[in-house]
Order: sequence, then structure tokens, then C-alpha cells
Amino acid sequence: MRNDQFTYLEELKASGLDPEREARMREELASAGNGHGLPAPGLPPNHELAGFGRGFYDSGDLLVLRQAVEPYSSGAALAKSLDELLERDRQREQDGFPRKIEVGKLVKPGRGRKGKVVVIPTTVEEKFYHDPTVRPPGEGGSSGGTGDEQEGDVIGEQPVRDNGDQAGSGPGEGGGASHETESSAYDLGKILSEKFQLPNLRDKGKKRSFTRFSYELTDKNRGFGQVLDKKATLRKIVETNISLGNLPDVSDIDPTRFLIAPRDKVYRILSREKDYEPQAMLFFLRDYSGSMAGKVTDLVVSQHVLIYSWLLYQYGGQAESRFILHDTEAKEVPDFYSYYNSRVAGGTQVSSAYRLVNEIVERESLAKDYNIYVFQGTDGDDWDESGSAAIPELEKMLVYASRVGVTIAEHGQGPSTTVARYLNSSGLLRKMPELLRMDVIQKDADEQRLIEGIKHLIS
Amino acid sequence: MELIDQHTKRIMEGCKERARAAGLSFTDESLEYVVTNRDLLELSPKVMIPTLYDYWVHDVEVLRERGKYELYPGNPYETVINTRPPISFYNDNNPDWLNVMIFYHVLAHIDFFQNNLYFRHTWDYDFTGQALSDKRVIARLRAEKGRWVDYVIEFARSIDNLVDFHGELADLFTPPEAACSSRLNYYFDYFLQSEKKISVSEYIKEVNRYNACLRTYGELGEKTFFVEAELRYPELEAHFTRVHDTRPAKKRDLLHFLLDNSEFLARDENIWMRSILEIVRKTSIFFQPQIRTKILNEGWASYWHEALFLQDDRIRGHEVDFARIHAGVTSMPRVGMNPYALGMRLFGHIEEQADKGRISFDFQRMTDSDSRKHFDSGASAGKEFIFKVRENLCDYLFLKNHLDQDFIDRHKLFVAGKRLDQQRMVWQYYVKSRKAKDYKQMVQDTLYHPPVISVDQTKGIEGSLYLTHKFEGKQLVQEYIANTMVGIEYLWGGPVHLETSEAQIIQTPATAAKTDQPPEGEIAWQRVLYSMNGRVLTKKEL
Repeated sequence: MRNDQFTYLEELKASGLDPEREARMREELASAGNGHGLPAPGLPPNHELAGFGRGFYDSGDLLVLRQAVEPYSSGAALAKSLDELLERDRQREQDGFPRKIEVGKLVKPGRGRKGKVVVIPTTVEEKFYHDPTVRPPGEGGSSGGTGDEQEGDVIGEQPVRDNGDQAGSGPGEGGGASHETESSAYDLGKILSEKFQLPNLRDKGKKRSFTRFSYELTDKNRGFGQVLDKKATLRKIVETNISLGNLPDVSDIDPTRFLIAPRDKVYRILSREKDYEPQAMLFFLRDYSGSMAGKVTDLVVSQHVLIYSWLLYQYGGQAESRFILHDTEAKEVPDFYSYYNSRVAGGTQVSSAYRLVNEIVERESLAKDYNIYVFQGTDGDDWDESGSAAIPELEKMLVYASRVGVTIAEHGQGPSTTVARYLNSSGLLRKMPELLRMDVIQKDADEQRLIEGIKHLIS
Repeated sequence: MELIDQHTKRIMEGCKERARAAGLSFTDESLEYVVTNRDLLELSPKVMIPTLYDYWVHDVEVLRERGKYELYPGNPYETVINTRPPISFYNDNNPDWLNVMIFYHVLAHIDFFQNNLYFRHTWDYDFTGQALSDKRVIARLRAEKGRWVDYVIEFARSIDNLVDFHGELADLFTPPEAACSSRLNYYFDYFLQSEKKISVSEYIKEVNRYNACLRTYGELGEKTFFVEAELRYPELEAHFTRVHDTRPAKKRDLLHFLLDNSEFLARDENIWMRSILEIVRKTSIFFQPQIRTKILNEGWASYWHEALFLQDDRIRGHEVDFARIHAGVTSMPRVGMNPYALGMRLFGHIEEQADKGRISFDFQRMTDSDSRKHFDSGASAGKEFIFKVRENLCDYLFLKNHLDQDFIDRHKLFVAGKRLDQQRMVWQYYVKSRKAKDYKQMVQDTLYHPPVISVDQTKGIEGSLYLTHKFEGKQLVQEYIANTMVGIEYLWGGPVHLETSEAQIIQTPATAAKTDQPPEGEIAWQRVLYSMNGRVLTKKEL
């Protein structure tokens, strides 16, 4: 594959390529060998080295000495105070002070959906503090230790990256934990809707859902049930009596002489009804090529977490999501953790990701049953200079998608990025503003800016 | 919250008798409450003081803490607070033997609060009562001024670590014989030296004249002395009154400085803000010694709960249970710091050293390792010595004075380091050093130490406030600087400047820059000046 890329690069070069751009591409290509490893899982809490960096002030009498359990408060109890806090924060802004409450800052989904998305408003009391984390790179700080080893001996190791050896979750990790991720993300969505007043998504029409039911008194049943349907029952009784010959003269009916069979009674009965609600399928696309190192990946992924949670909320848990990563080739990953954490390396072909989405949609006939949303995050760099491969795939996508949102996190290297350029020149942005949106953010964007971006992408 | 039952209280009283017999000293009364999960959630953001003022961040902290639990382990909760009477908190379901152990631990804490001199300023009043009255002041202000009260609390709290705790203590410990009238101090320390610039012989002559006056006229000596002095310097009284009216600026205590010198706070419509600043400052000063004596205090309590529990005749049969819990609390972790473990062992070590007379000049001068090993003067002064340590030291001095190589070797301690092995992409944990000097440095680096930021009155121009951060090898957390300075600007009512140092990592030419690997480099320090003017922050290099 690598050789293919080199050949491709040579071809590009032959057709004219400015040297600076070529250098960037070569750099990306050089990183291709590194692979897209996931970061290593943290040390388990009972690991002997897990206490590294634990300071004197991290332990208190209550938990250490009294063997008490940590106090825990339920999310429901906090919901009320949350509203007040957010209201207060709005007021703060009006008074001319920077906002203090941040939402969803600690979002760190674990791997295989076992982990949690912790959704809480956070704040810090800002003071002048010494920053202990400033140290030469490659140094991890120091802590106290006990043991018999000699000076210089290594007492343990922890891989920086997960090399994939221990992939796969252990047995017994049921669906319960994954549900937890979803419901937490759902909470975040609720908070986002309330805090940022995001506009609702367009309803694309009722779609069939097989997962949700409501119970209604619409079905009729003979013999037993919850509510007697008098009219229908009387009709049945008359029918029966006519067929029995018990009603000789229809102009002179004497109800007291009716024979009533138990099966003549017609009831309304409580029954399970399928609910027809719109469903959403979200595709998250992320460029994980070599150029995505650092802050840009962070921005793209943070924005995607916010969108993901918000859509889950809007669609009442009906939103399904698929995660797609691409460098020069695209692949689908099973969970947000892999999506979030896969390491950047390799070259860039945006079209590969578009193509994969189109293939999936076609193969699984998703367009029929789902509102389809595609959110793409990139630094705007693409080896496909003119978009000759990407644009046709994108056009195909716009036929079925409810919205395609492209986030470009710029490094700030040039006037405009490749992706932005070919999207603009294709005219699609102007032609279909309802379907395609693009948001260009700078490398130093903050959470507020990301929210603004979401507004633009979804409104 | 409700009080513990009579049965448990009786156990507590028994513990008090035994602790007193062992030499601990504390007030007679104490209050013990049973607390529920819910109580703790409310208490913990208020640092376990039930009557502390309300502040909205406390609510968020609860929320934040909840998130913190899920991502990071552990959180401090204290079990006893330094009030009059001392209040301590308990579970309702602990067995008696465990309560005995906790009671001893608590009593040792109380003894520490009431005898360690760093707590001197907390001895003369009950903080819960004080806090309650403060809480009412704030509640009343809030009813009048609304949310602006919370802004002022927030801005005051953002600099509540810049209070000059040691300066506060120094005033308390000025010996009575050193106290003489401020007029006399001014005359000899300032007026004669800086105003009149008289010669040394004349100065000594003046001192002699003062002493003569005291001898001759007794109590009227000073008055007589000044009658003559004023004849010589008629302007003396005027000068003195002028200086006396302007209190000396507390340059290392920003909160105090703002209270004294901020024109914004002195305006009629803003006078109410001063009481909030006072409250925040007082509260901060109250808690200062607690965080500065964590290792000492926990070590002292662990030392005594072990000693007293094992001697207690009431809990026979629970030695194994005790050993399990005690070991869990006080075992030295493989890596990481544990204040219980380190403090208790250090107290044990000091006691043994003092028993053998090793805390002495003779021993310290000794270089032969064999004679050091067997040195024992039979002083048996251990107990007495650790009580002195408990009375006079804080964490910094405790570690500085007593953490020696013998202690490190005996408990097999080392400085653990963590470094990146770039070839194999693993973090390596390794034994960095076994030297007492390095260990001491590592421990001291983790101690509470707020930045020293003082007001430079010579540099503030046109009503602006100029702060200088004394650089001690660490930069300030950069992302907090802006908002902290917004607060100071508000309280000062004008532009604020902060001079500090910042790290710049010198990058060597990148080979494969766009990978995740951090670049090679070293840290260079650059002096910078932050300026906050009209809620806009600017920075320039100096």
C-alpha cells in the first residue's frame, strides 16, 4: 500500500505540485509506517504503580481511616441546581464577566463502550497557582517509592500506545455498560439543548421503528377486555339473535328477551402499538492522517462528541451512529473510544471516507429508513487537490443525506485549505445550503466556538 | 447530623482519659456527630465547617467532585475540625473497636490543633461561631446587592492564597519585652536614622539618654525623654502623626493591600465589599496552618492511635482487625506519597534518635559509619522531643530537619522517576535516587506552596497596581491568569500588571515533527509582564 502511495505521489508531482506542498505530503507519508495504534489503557487502580504522582493531600481521614464510602449523589438530584447554574452563567456574561461553567469537559468514553461519558458542569476557582507540569519533554515527573532495587533499576513499564495485542473486550461485558454511555451522552445533549438553545432538526417524516412501543386501547376483543364497547356489543347481540331466530319482527324489538352469549361482548383491549418515530443514522468521519497531529484532532473530536450527544437527545435515543476514520483509505471502527483515540499517521484521501459511507448506505439500504447525517472533521488537507474524486462521491451522498456538516480545523498555514477550496468551487455549498454546511475553525478555538460551529452545521 | 449515642460517647470519654495520661493535652469538651452521605456532600465543599457561608461554586464543586470520582480516585475529607469545642464526624455503623482507634486518632488531631504554634491565631475564638456570623453578613448583603455579592466573593477567593499567613503569625509572636511604644520605634528606627541622618555617636548618646530617663523617672521616663526630644526637633510630633495614620502597606498580602489601598473599595457605594474581603481573608488565614501541617498532623495522629490502641484494655480480641486497618492506613506505598505512613515513621524515627541522643552536635559531627550505627548516649529524651516537634514545626521544617539518610535507608525509600523510552514507546518507572537530599527535594516540591506575589509600589504608574511574582522554579498556571486578573482589576478599580516568569521549551530542529512524540528540548525561563486593562489581557516579554 505504501508503494502505491509513493507512486501516487510521483504522479501528482508529474502533474505539477508546489514544493512546499510536496514536502508536507512526504512528511505525512513518512509517518504512515507508524500505524494507527490506540493509547494504552491506564493502569488499573490496584496496580502497584498506580499511585505514582499521588500527593500528600489526596488522602483524608474520612475515607482512609473511617472506612467510609465516598459520598455519591444521583444525577437526578442535581438536575434542578443545574438549571440555576446555567441561568447564573448567562447572567454573568451579560454583566461582562467571562462564563465560568463548562459543560462536557470531562468527556472520555472508554473502550468497547464499557467506559462512561461523564457529563457534568465543571468550574474551577481560578487563582495564581504554581504549575508543576512544566518539565522537559519525555520526563514524567517523580514521586516517592519503597523497595529494594538499586538506583537506576526499572521497576515497571507502561506502554504509551496500545499496540493492539490485547484488543477485544473481556467476556461478560454485557450491553448494560454500553447503555450507560448512551444515556450519559443523552444527558449532555439535554444540557446542550437547554444551554445553547440549538435549533431543532428538520423532521424528515415518520419512519418505522421496531424498538419502541406504546400501549393504547385501540384493539377490540371478544369475551374480555378493559372497556366494554356498548355499540359493538349490541350489534353482535342482535346478529346472534337474528341467526337464532329469536328476533322474528325487526320492527318490534324487545331487548328483555335477548339471549346473550359471552362471546358477544366486545371490549376495547390494551394493546401494544408500534411507534412510528423518525430515526437518525449519524456518520462521523475523521481524518486521522499524519497532518492531524495535536490540537486539530482534539477540536474535531470534541465537536463530534457534542453533536453526537445532542442528536441522541433530539432523537430520543433513536439515533444510531457509525464511526469512520480515514487516511488514504477509510475504515469503520466499532466505538467512540477507537474513533477518539486512534493515532494519526499516513497520507490523506478524503474521497475514501465519502466512498465508504456511500457503500455502507447502499449495502444496508439505510436511506429508506433513516434520516442520515454525516459529520466530517478534517484539517482541510487533501492530496486530491481538485476534489475530482471527492466531489462526485459527495454529490452522491447529498442525494440521500439530511445534512452533511464539514468541520475544517485549520492549522493556519495558508489562506485556504484544499478541502475548503474545492468545496467552494464546486458550488455545492451555494446550491444546497439546506444539505451541505461547512464550518472553518481556527486551531485555537474554544468550547464556545465549537458550539457556534454546531449551530451553523445543524441549523 | 445528630450526636453519637451515650454508649459511644462513654467510649470517647474513656479514650480521653487514656490519651491525657499519655501526655496529650486538649480541652475537656468535644462534640461528635454521626453524618450521613447527604451531610457529607453538603459539608465537603465547605471544608467540613457546617456554618461556612453559602457560595454557588460550592454547589458546582459538588457536581464537579462527582465527575472527579468517576475519573480520578480519592478525595480528601477531614474527620475533625479545629473549633471550640472541636467537632468530629463519624459513620453510624462502625464497630466499637474501630471507633476506639478513630477516637484516638481524632484526639491526637485535637491535641495538635491546640498545641502546634502555627495554629496560635485560632486558639482564642470558635471558628464555627465566627463563620455563622460571617454567613449572616453575606446573606444580608446578598438580599440587598444580589449577584454582585457573589462576584465579589469570587474575586476575593481568587486571591485568597495570597495572604501573608506568616506575617500574621509574626505579629502574634512578638515577645512582650520587645514591645515598646510606636512613637519610640518611629523615633529610633526611622526618624533619627532616615530623616535626621544623625551620626552613630549621637545616636548612641540618644539611646543612653533614653535609658537614663527610664532609670531616673521610672514610668514617666519615656514622657520625659520625649519632652526634651521635641524641644530639639519641633517637627517630630507632626511627622509621627502623619506616618502613624498611614498603616504600613502589607505588600505580600494582596487581599490586605486592597483593603487598605484600593480607592474603588473606599467609595461609599462599595464599602460593603470590604466586609466580604475581610471574611474571605479571615477564612483563608484560618485554614492556612491545616494545609501546612498535613504530614505532621496525620503522622502525629497515626503515631498515637497505634500507641494508645495497643495499650487500651477495652478492646482485647480485636488486635488482628486493628492490624489490618492500621496497615492499610499507614503502609508505605510502592510508589506515591502517603502522609500517614511517612509522618508516623518519621515521628518514630525522631523519637528513637532522640532516645539515643543522636539529635545532637556530637552525633552530627561523627563521620565513621560504624560508630554512628552504635551511637547511644542513653539520653532517653524521645517522648519529650517529639512533643516539641509537634509544638514547633510545620511540614516543611519537619521534613527539612529530620528526613535524613538513615531514615531513607531504614525504610528503603527512593525517588521514583518516570521517563519516556522513545525506542519502545513505553513509560518507564525507575529508581531515580536513594539520596536523602533528592528525596527531601522531591517531597518539598509537592508541599503546599502558593506563589509569592507582592505589590511593587515603585512601579505602578497612574493608579495601576503592579504585582511581582517571585520566581521559584515554577511558572504560574497560564490559563488561570486572565480570569484571576479580571478579579483583581475589579477590586482595584484600575489597570493591573503582573510580572512573572514563563517556560519556553527550546526546540531542536525537528526531524519528524508531525508525530505524536514530544520534541526534544530544554526549558528556558523568560520574564514576562501581563497587563489587564478594561478586562483585556495583554502580554509582553521583558
